Amino acid sequence: MKAKAFQSIFRQAVSEAWAKGGGFILPLSFFIGVGVLVAFSVGNRAELLSQISGGILWVAIVAGAFVTMERLYQADLEDGVLELHLQDTGPLTEYVLAKTLAHWLVSGLPMALFSPLVGIMLQMPRELLPLAGLCYSVGSLAIFLWGGFGAALSSSVRRGGLLIALIALPLYVPTILFGVLTIEAFGTDEMFINLAFLLSSTLFTLAVSPFMTSAALRMSAD
Amino acid sequence: MESEMIYARNLGMVRGVRKLFSGIDFDVGAGDLVVLRGPNGSGKTTLLRILAGLTSPIVGEVSVHSPHHWIGHLNGLKPFETAKSHLKLWASTWGGDGIDRAAKTFQLEKLYAIPVGLLSAGQKRRLALARLLLVNREIWLLDEPLASLDQTTRHLVRRLITDHCKKGGCVVTAMHEKTDMVPSFEISL
Repeated sequence: MKAKAFQSIFRQAVSEAWAKGGGFILPLSFFIGVGVLVAFSVGNRAELLSQISGGILWVAIVAGAFVTMERLYQADLEDGVLELHLQDTGPLTEYVLAKTLAHWLVSGLPMALFSPLVGIMLQMPRELLPLAGLCYSVGSLAIFLWGGFGAALSSSVRRGGLLIALIALPLYVPTILFGVLTIEAFGTDEMFINLAFLLSSTLFTLAVSPFMTSAALRMSAD
Repeated sequence: MESEMIYARNLGMVRGVRKLFSGIDFDVGAGDLVVLRGPNGSGKTTLLRILAGLTSPIVGEVSVHSPHHWIGHLNGLKPFETAKSHLKLWASTWGGDGIDRAAKTFQLEKLYAIPVGLLSAGQKRRLALARLLLVNREIWLLDEPLASLDQTTRHLVRRLITDHCKKGGCVVTAMHEKTDMVPSFEISL
């Protein structure tokens, strides 16, 4: 498969992600909604809210990611597009990467970009906001890649949304651990070490998950 | 065996606890047209899916030269994309340059700008079948290619199949209709 092929699959995947499930608005509203609800539920304790704000945003991103995850491969399985991609002589991993990156671009990146705004609402210290935004951008890619693996495994299951959560949630642990540690270690040398771990866990996911997702899709199409 | 495009030995398949078929042997070479016959549920689609590599047989061995064209029950179309963007997507994915020829043959130019969701069942099928002409592939695996097509397009598809075989390609198709095409052999399931 050539770069042009990757491009056109990516373009179709972006327009599909945009057209279906409300595009970026639905996951983003869910993300902001979770943030607002937690802010209200903690009540009049600004200091506590400030301490837990980093973690809350991770949970909110995960929640937002699951909004559109279920249909990622299910739609292609139902309308026969997946069958056509399975016929190709080229690797299925490029299709998987194009789909996941498009999905992340439409649903994941907007959440990461809006995280400083929700962070302010959650009393996150101002100096942390840029670093936190970076962590959420990097980490959300891993969240979407693992979520895509869950979506591929459960694509032939009706109402498989909950199944995706069960499969993907344990896989999110490294990303969230290093993400939280990076923000906590702000201003120290450890910040860079933790950030490097966060980056490497995303890169590891990028290298491994497309193969797992491809294998899962072959199984689902059978 | 070297010259065979499709080679199948002792194929057997079950669905649930029911046996679909067993002991199917055949070779398909250049210029062959193979028609799969049988009542609904006899396993025609399953046999084609095995040839297309979408599912594995319970017993037997099969080898199909790739790449091949696969037209299944599902058209593989996105409702919000236009006819033209579909043709462009697959032409660039497969490295073919036959968009104009495909669109002209299947009279899709008028439908170019219309989102597929607004097309009729027959028009969608035409768009799906137009993929056959985007890039030249020797093996065509077609599941009920004439379903929901009008008489003119049925005639066109039959002509394309005959021409493809004459040019040294091969076609394996499941079909209910009796047509004027003369198959090299039929497989009854």
